[in-house]
Amino acid sequence: MSEEDDIILSELDDEELVQQMFDDLYDGLKEEIQEGVNILLERGWEPYDILTKALVGGMTIVGADFRDGILFVPEVLLAANAMKGGMAILKPLLVETGAPRVGKMVIGTVKGDIHDIGKNLVGMMMEGAGFEVVDLGINNSVEAYLEAMEAEGPDILGMSALLTTTMPYMKVVIDTLVEQGIRDDYIVLVGGAPLNEEFGKAIGADAYCRDAAVAVETAKEWMGRKHNSAATA
Amino acid sequence: MSETSIPDDRTLTDEGLAPARAGRILLIACGALAREILDLKKANGWSHLDLTCLPAKYHLYPEKITDAVRETVAKHRAEYDDFFVVYADCGTGGGLEQACEEMGVQMVAGPHCYSFFQGNESFAQTAEDDITTFYLTDFLVRQFEAFIIKPMGLDRHPELRDMYFGNYEKLVYQAQTDDPALTEKARDCADRLGLAFERRFTGYGDLETTLKAL
Repeated sequence: MSEEDDIILSELDDEELVQQMFDDLYDGLKEEIQEGVNILLERGWEPYDILTKALVGGMTIVGADFRDGILFVPEVLLAANAMKGGMAILKPLLVETGAPRVGKMVIGTVKGDIHDIGKNLVGMMMEGAGFEVVDLGINNSVEAYLEAMEAEGPDILGMSALLTTTMPYMKVVIDTLVEQGIRDDYIVLVGGAPLNEEFGKAIGADAYCRDAAVAVETAKEWMGRKHNSAATA
Repeated sequence: MSETSIPDDRTLTDEGLAPARAGRILLIACGALAREILDLKKANGWSHLDLTCLPAKYHLYPEKITDAVRETVAKHRAEYDDFFVVYADCGTGGGLEQACEEMGVQMVAGPHCYSFFQGNESFAQTAEDDITTFYLTDFLVRQFEAFIIKPMGLDRHPELRDMYFGNYEKLVYQAQTDDPALTEKARDCADRLGLAFERRFTGYGDLETTLKAL
């Protein structure tokens, strides 16, 4: 891409720069994304606008092309890494400027499962969509989930598993929530390569999310329902 | 009756193996198991078993396995008395087991080949201690570039290595055969992934006992 080597980001107007950031995210160019974020900040953009319009906008294109089989996991990871670089600049500023918060999610991979690529993508996209994300990391027991949920009071519990052998543990967690009478206090979203919608229903989750973009949309939808039911209660 | 010759790994990866049309039971296996099954067949004189393999690359796309097995059974239904599916669950999320039940066909027990090579019982016992273990078999060591490095993009973007393997600690090479050169290659694979190395000789494990019972 020798032509693009000549592009000087600071010389682009806002619209062109955002478009270029979409391209740079798509190509997984972390330094360029960080430069773009800093330029927009210098131009007086609100951190939240940079996050949603430039970064999330770009990752949405990446997500769509992944779903359509145009991009593959390595490219998505590179794009995510670039977005992470931009978010590292924006995160402290978002706290300072009090960006709108859509909801709170506790997320982690289940006991026995150390595969966190999907979980990390979901966490990042959820943050980008305005959710506060408490990431419990990998290999979480039911006790770890419960402890975090009690401490954090999230709206959403997200569980992820890559292995056929570990995905049944999601049911253990949900059954425990039911036993303790707190299942309906949370929206439970599950995801991971071997899962499907049928499995999600069978274990008593609210929804199965096939990728990070679907997780965000589903989370927003369920938060909307929660607000509606709270308003009519 | 002609004996099936073993195609090269690339053919097994991309195309699989056609049946020899000899034997009353058709084994429908992953291409990654072709050598092992043909070796067992030859060593034990299992002339009642014929073998066809689906492309080994389905290891990377497990969502394709169930439908491909269904199609293979349907295609050869009239030619054999019985079928046996030489896949474990292999990432199909129970889908393959359900399909086999519907078709009245048996399959190998267990979650994946790493488990049945080690022995399902033994694997289940050590599973908790081995959650940070990444496994390779003989086939996967030979085909490390095609099954690990290239599809994960590590040839183009080595910086992604720790995003994939950062939570792993150890690479266990499950050796089906004694091959010093393959062991050295496996050790090199571990180095490339930044993992400690361990070789466990498994032989054919539950694969052999399962097929012997047919």
